[in-house]
Amino acid sequence: MMQKRYMSIWFSTLLTDWIRIKQPALRDLSLVFSDKAGNRMVITAASKEATLLGIHLGMPLADARAIAPDLEVIENQCHKSKKLLAALGRWCIRYTPLVAVEEDQGLILDISGCAHLWGGEREYLREIVNRLRGLGYQVRAAISDTMGTAWAVSRYGRVSPIIKSGEELNALLPLPPMALRISPMASQKLIKLGLKTIGSFISMPRSVLRRRIGEGSMERIEQVLGQKEEFFSPITVPEVYSERLASMEPIRTRKGIEIAIEKLLSQLCASMQRDGVGLRSGLLQSYRIDGRVIKTRIGTNSPSINTSHLFKLFSLQIDNIEPKMGIELFTMDAVSFDELDPGQETLWITEKSMGNQKVIELLDRLAGKLGAQVIQRYLPQPHHWPERSIKKVDSITEPLSLPWRTDRLRPVQLLKVPEPVQVTAPIPDYPPMLFRYQGITHQVKKADGPERIEREWWLEEGEHRDYYQLEDAEGKRYWLFRSGHYSSEKASKWFIHGFFA
Amino acid sequence: MAAVKKDIIGKLQEQILNLQGVKPGRNAHAIDFGLGIISNAFPGNVFPLAALHEFLATNLEDAAASGGFISILLSTLMKKNGVCLWISTQRKIFPPSLINFGLSPERIIFIDLQKEKDVLWASEEALKCESLAAVVTELDEISFAQSRRLQLVIEKSRVTAFVIRKNAEKLSSTLAAARWRISAMPSGAIDGLPGLGFARWHVELLKVKNGIPGSWIIEYAAGVFKPVKEVPVNDLKIRKAV
Repeated sequence: MMQKRYMSIWFSTLLTDWIRIKQPALRDLSLVFSDKAGNRMVITAASKEATLLGIHLGMPLADARAIAPDLEVIENQCHKSKKLLAALGRWCIRYTPLVAVEEDQGLILDISGCAHLWGGEREYLREIVNRLRGLGYQVRAAISDTMGTAWAVSRYGRVSPIIKSGEELNALLPLPPMALRISPMASQKLIKLGLKTIGSFISMPRSVLRRRIGEGSMERIEQVLGQKEEFFSPITVPEVYSERLASMEPIRTRKGIEIAIEKLLSQLCASMQRDGVGLRSGLLQSYRIDGRVIKTRIGTNSPSINTSHLFKLFSLQIDNIEPKMGIELFTMDAVSFDELDPGQETLWITEKSMGNQKVIELLDRLAGKLGAQVIQRYLPQPHHWPERSIKKVDSITEPLSLPWRTDRLRPVQLLKVPEPVQVTAPIPDYPPMLFRYQGITHQVKKADGPERIEREWWLEEGEHRDYYQLEDAEGKRYWLFRSGHYSSEKASKWFIHGFFA
Repeated sequence: MAAVKKDIIGKLQEQILNLQGVKPGRNAHAIDFGLGIISNAFPGNVFPLAALHEFLATNLEDAAASGGFISILLSTLMKKNGVCLWISTQRKIFPPSLINFGLSPERIIFIDLQKEKDVLWASEEALKCESLAAVVTELDEISFAQSRRLQLVIEKSRVTAFVIRKNAEKLSSTLAAARWRISAMPSGAIDGLPGLGFARWHVELLKVKNGIPGSWIIEYAAGVFKPVKEVPVNDLKIRKAV
C-alpha cells in the first residue's frame, strides 16, 4: 500500500480574516468575535492585534473592553466558522479529492499521490499556502505521514513544515504537550509536572503515562505516532466514477473546454463500460482561478456510454460556463448510473434497430437545452373526471397498463380551465339553444347529451358536471357543461371545456 | 383511342414532374392514407411524404379540426409502431381524444415549451431524427427562411412534418409541399336520427407543390374517410373572404 501523506492547514484567525475580506475597513483594528456563554458574553475569536493586547479566547467581553476600550466587537457570528471551513475545504478540492474539516479551525487533506503533480511536496505546500494567503487568510500548513503530526507541526512547529516519513517522533520532541491534541486538563497536568515538551515524557512506560493522563489522551498519542489508525471523513465522498483533468495553463476558450469535456467523457465512459453501466446524470465542475466552481449537469433518459451523444448534451450548456480569468481544473462525476441493457427492448420496436436509441438521444438533447419538464407523455388513469383521466409519466417506456377509453368522445382541444359561457336553454336538462363565447353567439343546431360526470367525492368536493356536445350552424363542435343540478331559484352556471374536431 | 391519349398524357405529366425535380422513385413506398379523390391533387397522385405540410388554424375550432385530420394521417404513418413528437406552446390537445382517430396517444411525446423561439429549434432537432414517424409543430409564424431550414433537415432524414400555423393573419410564403385548411362543416344526420353526425370537414388544399389545389368535403366515420362531394375551387374565394 502506498504511504499515506496528510497535510494539515491551520487558519489561526479564521473568522477575523473572513470579516476583514468582506469589510476591508476593519483592517488593522483590534477585532474580536463574541458570543453568549451562559449569562455573559465571551470572546470566541480574536485578531492578531487583539491577541497582542492580551486578549485571549474565553475571556469575558467586559474584561476585554477594559483592556482595549476601542475594541471592535462582532456579536453572534461564530456559527459562521463551520460553514466557512467547509467552503474553504471545497475550494481545496482542486488540490486533492479528499478534504476533511477539523474542529478547531483547520482542514486536513489526504494528499497521497497528489503532490508530485505540483512538482513535489514543498512546491505543493507553498502553492496552497500562498494562494490562501492571497485570499487574505493567515494560514500555516504542515505535511506528514499522520494526521496528528501534521496537525501538531502546523500549529506548534518552528522548523520545517514537511516531515519526512519516519521522522514524526523527532519532529514532535520539542513541541509542547498541547500539540498531541490531548485534553487541556491532561496537558496542564503534564506542564505542572514539569514535562513541558513531548520529548520529556514520550519515552515513559505507557502504563505510567496512562495513569497520569487517561485513556483518551493515550489514544491520541498513539494516533499521532501512527500506531493507531485515525478515521478520516472527507466533506465530499468522491463518486465511484469520477475523472479529473487539471490544466497546466488556465483554459479560457470554448475549444479548450470542449477538449476537456471530450477527454473526461472518454475516460469516464471507458471505466463505466468496463463495469457494464451507463450514465444517467453527470456533473461537470469547472474550477475557476478566482475560486468559483461552475457546475454543469446533464441527464439522460436511459443509461448511456455514447461519448459523442453525452458530449452533445454538455455542449448545449457550454455557453453557461464562463471562464472569466480561466479554468484550472475540470472534474466530471457520474452522479447516477444504471446498468446498461445491451439490447434495450422498448414499446416501439422500429424497423431500424437503433431507432429507439436515436429517439432517446433526441429527447436527451431537448431536455438538456430546454429542461426535462418539457417532455410529456400521457397514459390513461381510471378516472372519469376529464382533468384526471390522464397522468403524466416520466418514463417514455412505461407500457400501457389499462386501455384508452373509446366509448366516449372527447374533445381534441381541451381548455386547461373551463371558461364560463352565457347560455339559453329551453327547459331543464335540455341542451342549450344558443350560447355566447368570447363575444360570438353560436346557434346550436344539433346536440348530444347530457353525459353526467360526478366529482370524485373522496378526492374533492364540488358540483357534478352535465356535459353536452353541441354543433353550431357552421358545423363547429363544442363541449359545454352545466355545473350542478338545474335549479329554478338561481341561474345555472355553464362552462365551455373543449372543442371537437 | 381515349385510353391511348390518357396514357400519353400520363407519361408526359411524369416527364414534367421529373423535370421539376419530383422523382417518382422517392415515393416508391407510398402509403395509402385513404384520402380517395384528394390524392389526385398531389404530384403523381401520391401523398407527399418527407415533406412539410402546413395547416392554417386561426381559432380553436379550426385547430381542433386540423388536430383531428392530422391525427388520422399520423395513425397511418405510425402503423408500424412509430413514435411522433408534438411540439407546441400552450398546448390544448387532449391526448385521450386522439384514440378516436385511430392514434395511440401513448405513442406521442408532447414537447410543451414556454417560448415560441424554442419551438423552431426543437422542431429542427426532432426532424433530424430519422427514427420518428412524424413531427407535429404548432407555432404562430414561420418565415420562408425558417421553412427552408426545416426542409433541408427533412430532405436528409425523410421525416414528415406537419406545421399548424396559429397566426395565419400574416401569411408568409413557405417551402411547404402543401398548405391545408381544415374547417368544420355541419354534419349529416345518421339514419335520420337526432344528435350529432359523423365529423364532417371542409378540406381545402390551398397550395400543392407540383399539384392541383382543390377543395372537398369529407366525412370521417368508423376509421375511414368518406368523400361527400368536391367543392368547386371558385367557392374557395368566397370562404376566404368570410
